[in-house]
Amino acid sequence: MEPFIRLSAVAAPLNEADIDTDIIYPARFLTITAKKGLGRYAFHDRRFDGQGQELPEFVLNREPWRQAAILVAGANFGCGSSREQAPWALLDQGIRCIIAPSFGDIFRGNCYRNGMLPVVVDEATHAALLADAEAGLELHVDLEAGFITRPDGATVAISIDPQKRDALLNGWDEVMTILNQRGDTIAQYETQRRQRFPWLG
Amino acid sequence: MATTLYDKLWAAHVVAEEGNGVCLLYIDRQMLHEVSSPQAFEGLRAKGLRPRNPTYHLAVADHSVPTRHRDRPIADPQARAQVALLEANAREFGIELLTLGDPRQGIVHVTGPEQGFTLPGLTLVCGDSHTATHGAFGALAFGIGSGECESVLATQTLRMPKAKTLRVNVTGDLPPGVGAKDIILAVVGKLGSNGAIGHAIEYAGPAIRALSMEGRMTLCNMSIEAGSRTGLVAPDETTFAWLKGRPKAPKGADWDAAVAYWRTLPTDEGAVFDREITIDATRLVPQVSWGTSPDQVADVTGLVPNPASLADAEQAAKTAKALAYMGLVPGQALRDVTIDHVFIGSCTNGRIEDLRMAARVLTGRKVAAGVTALVVPGSGAVKAQAEQEGLDRVFLDAGFEWREPGCSLCVAMNDDRLPPGARCASTSNRNFEGRQGQGARTHLMGPAMAAASAIAGHIADPRDYLEAV
Ligand code: SF4
Repeated sequence: MEPFIRLSAVAAPLNEADIDTDIIYPARFLTITAKKGLGRYAFHDRRFDGQGQELPEFVLNREPWRQAAILVAGANFGCGSSREQAPWALLDQGIRCIIAPSFGDIFRGNCYRNGMLPVVVDEATHAALLADAEAGLELHVDLEAGFITRPDGATVAISIDPQKRDALLNGWDEVMTILNQRGDTIAQYETQRRQRFPWLG
Repeated sequence: MATTLYDKLWAAHVVAEEGNGVCLLYIDRQMLHEVSSPQAFEGLRAKGLRPRNPTYHLAVADHSVPTRHRDRPIADPQARAQVALLEANAREFGIELLTLGDPRQGIVHVTGPEQGFTLPGLTLVCGDSHTATHGAFGALAFGIGSGECESVLATQTLRMPKAKTLRVNVTGDLPPGVGAKDIILAVVGKLGSNGAIGHAIEYAGPAIRALSMEGRMTLCNMSIEAGSRTGLVAPDETTFAWLKGRPKAPKGADWDAAVAYWRTLPTDEGAVFDREITIDATRLVPQVSWGTSPDQVADVTGLVPNPASLADAEQAAKTAKALAYMGLVPGQALRDVTIDHVFIGSCTNGRIEDLRMAARVLTGRKVAAGVTALVVPGSGAVKAQAEQEGLDRVFLDAGFEWREPGCSLCVAMNDDRLPPGARCASTSNRNFEGRQGQGARTHLMGPAMAAASAIAGHIADPRDYLEAV
């Protein structure tokens, strides 16, 4: 996956609680088996009307947020289904960092695996970042340094599991990392598992 | 030290500690379906990897399959290709496959337990958020994304942080006409859609012990609607009796050894949970959702809420937005809300007991004029059992359509899809915007209420129909 190190971009405000994965990626597009090129389905039913025309009121259809690579979202963003099409579509649309008071757990895990950075912030910070986003200002996200810099120079710490941070900074693939680092340990576990739980095969 | 069921399941599967509370966890079983697996198999192929243990996986076609005309090829070319890809991948990677034409085919979370693929004490995953369903057996089961499916195929492990624990105690006995779906809707309403993020829920208490396995699956199924990936019920005699003799369940001495182990799993007396809540079952009334998030629920005897009377500004905005989408008027009695569609099915309520309950309400009655009503059994086995009991006749005589198994109107990925503005009484688990079709409106409820609403043509209290039987 593409490393995530730092990013300066306009942030789009989407301050609505419980934006679920059906809103991010409607189920009727789930028969598509590709992983790339899903950007046009991101927020599809919020972005387009029945005729496929852009709905001008949706934030990603407006300047300067068309170019947004950061999303400042409401609580419980990405709740609902496990569909990884949700982060794939956002990524293809150009979103690499999402800031919210809380996330759906599965969605959040899916982001890390795709070189995307979800950042959980407290209410006051959320309000401040939202104001920046609404003003169409740029945020500077620096994962290596561990903080987000607001347009006025104030900083917000990024709290993240160190392993996830390393993986993002280096663009490491999770599967190969586990196989390389833990292959033998897994084999040992399996030997002991066969003795303890013989009925599991 | 006294420990919880979750702690025991976790400890038994730790392959390595990775620091910061993250562990490399062994995954015993994985279910794969056509939507979330293609990219996982593609990932294996791209890296030149094979499944570490093909027999630990089971592939089932369910999400995009049509529920009629099964004698013909799937009409939608994209869905046809998706199912064909699942079949090809299963063959290429040596994974057992239950696809169309197999009498065992059904929704992953119905088929897995039926086949005995799901067992107490396991870790079980699926690229599907309702995987917590399998926690009804005392298995640590949770939904994952496609990338994680690839990890499990290749390494049989996942790296994850341990969750906090939350016990939901349901005390007392359920009143007549109130079921597992009402418990879980009330729990989700109480916790809120994000109230259990980062927590593994254990459902406990006399009302839970009294539930059948079907009821326990309904309960665990919707844990994710409160934000929790994991829902658990401790295994007991009900669990063992249900599982014994299932095709993939252990046999003979293995069975005895397994049961002996499973008996050690329940939470010890005095174990401490990070959080606990209590629900008094004796006071529960059948529940129905009025909004676009599964925590927006009320008693069927209640009213559509009024955003203007809510003190919390965020709640008021959320409520107003939901009511606008749902086309409901604040203060309106929920029982006055007319419906034009009914869906009985899904991995929440597509099991034999659900169909029996709905049929009990429907016997000798007719679906109201103008209502389109659909039953989609959760699996081929459920369908066969229902037909053997004559339930299909009850549904057909009442004016329901009797379909082939799959996810169907729970997710509207196949050709079962509601038109904009349609209003559906549904036994599924999500009332999100557009979930049953773009612009369609969903009211979540149990199977008895869905059947009662079909007859009434509006949301109805199932107790009015059950008393009379
Ligand atoms: S029935 Fe619905 S919730 Fe269950 S697996 Fe299928 S789509 Fe998901």
